[in-house]
Amino acid sequence: MICGDASATEYANDGCGGWSEEMEARGVVAGGAGLRPPHEATTVRVRDDELLLTDGPFAETKEQIGGFVLIDCADLDEAIEIASKHPAAGYGTIEIRPVLEPPV
Amino acid sequence: MTLEDIYRQEWGQVVATLIRVTGDWELAEECAQEAFAAALQRWPVDGLPDRPGAWLTTTARNRAIDWLRREAVGAAKMREVVALEDDQDPPYDVPDDRLRLMFTCCHPALAMEARVALTLRTLAGLSTAEIARAFLVPETTMSKRLTRAKQMIQHAGIPYRVPPAHLLPQRTPAVLAVLYLLFNEGYSDVVRSNLSGEAIRLARLLVQLMPDPEPVGLLALMLLHDARRDTRLADDGALVTLDDQDRSSWDHSQIKEGVDLLESALDRGAPGPYQVQAAIAACHATAPTAADTDWPQIAGLYAQLPQTPVVTLNRAVAIGMSDSPAVGLHLVEELSEGPLAGYHLLPATRADFLRRLERWPDAKTAYQEALELATTDAERLYLKKRLREVSVRS
Repeated sequence: MICGDASATEYANDGCGGWSEEMEARGVVAGGAGLRPPHEATTVRVRDDELLLTDGPFAETKEQIGGFVLIDCADLDEAIEIASKHPAAGYGTIEIRPVLEPPV
Repeated sequence: MTLEDIYRQEWGQVVATLIRVTGDWELAEECAQEAFAAALQRWPVDGLPDRPGAWLTTTARNRAIDWLRREAVGAAKMREVVALEDDQDPPYDVPDDRLRLMFTCCHPALAMEARVALTLRTLAGLSTAEIARAFLVPETTMSKRLTRAKQMIQHAGIPYRVPPAHLLPQRTPAVLAVLYLLFNEGYSDVVRSNLSGEAIRLARLLVQLMPDPEPVGLLALMLLHDARRDTRLADDGALVTLDDQDRSSWDHSQIKEGVDLLESALDRGAPGPYQVQAAIAACHATAPTAADTDWPQIAGLYAQLPQTPVVTLNRAVAIGMSDSPAVGLHLVEELSEGPLAGYHLLPATRADFLRRLERWPDAKTAYQEALELATTDAERLYLKKRLREVSVRS
């Protein structure tokens, strides 16, 4: 997970200055993407069979990012449906974040 | 019909259709704006078209085609936009576009304030400046909020559709909540009363597109409250409670519309919180005098609502009014330790029961307490009046 504060946004489309090329060449990149900013996040919890949605990212303080799954789906509703079925939605939090489209 | 009327009536439809065919919210708004600007120039010269909505949609669509051509987007998108022909059975009459727009603006993945702003901008056609004024934020803040919401829809892939049936029980309340919040924003503040009007207009549209019991119940609720709008404040700006409102000045045709709508909803046998609240409002609105109010019925209706602290307080009032002030006082005092501590209506309600019991010094103390916690000038003016009354007797 690549982190930064709001000021990092302006570098979002700058590329990685050869890092990607080098790492691709070394064969260490299995999959991943730059993420759009946290205010475009949707968080999903299922408690007592009730689907709870919150806008924005989960609270930064205690939560740890434990995994990252790249999903290719039709829209946010499908992403929510897939996320709500993951066991982690029942005890932790799943944050859905759209991937950054490559600059046109 | 003035251009202003046509704008208010057609804006949402034009934007909703353009969003569907272009998939681009900013472009849809810009093209709609340009279409209305063109109408402003052409119609005074050429005369009003037979179908202004169709004229506007076609004009907006042509602007979109020009733009897409300049930007050389995919041929498939172009075909889609061009296929929006205006001579055959016109797609702009498909009401689903506005319903789609409503559900998309009110998607639960968006922050509540974003849902409200987006609904007012894209569906109701309020300008960014108007919405900013209504929510007391700088125009730049509101503009940023709208832009972010639209980006969120586009990037996160919030689908532009009426949700499938299995999602409706979850999504419809989200739409109703936005409309009711909008209504209350306008209802609680004279300066922003236009928001209530917008909320009623949008609720009428929703009911027309989706005549389910709860949307109908919400519209009934709004109409019943709104019918009393002008009697809620005295000339000096003080709040006038239901007891003292001039019932002859209520809008009785609007009350009748609300009651008729509510009955048609209740006949469907699928009650819900908005229908219950509308039923409570109807009890008040149809009582010829305050003394005729059917308080036992109201208490029973409050019992059907989710027991939030405020509902519990209102229910205590209803029980007190149907039973005796002493019972009411007892119930209200039981609530003083709970989550309502510090809520001005709690001491105000206690004061009211104490006044009815003619316990003047206690009433005076309670009114003073309420006065310190009151949040609006209208409430403060009302409480001061009451305080003077009971002070004279104590």
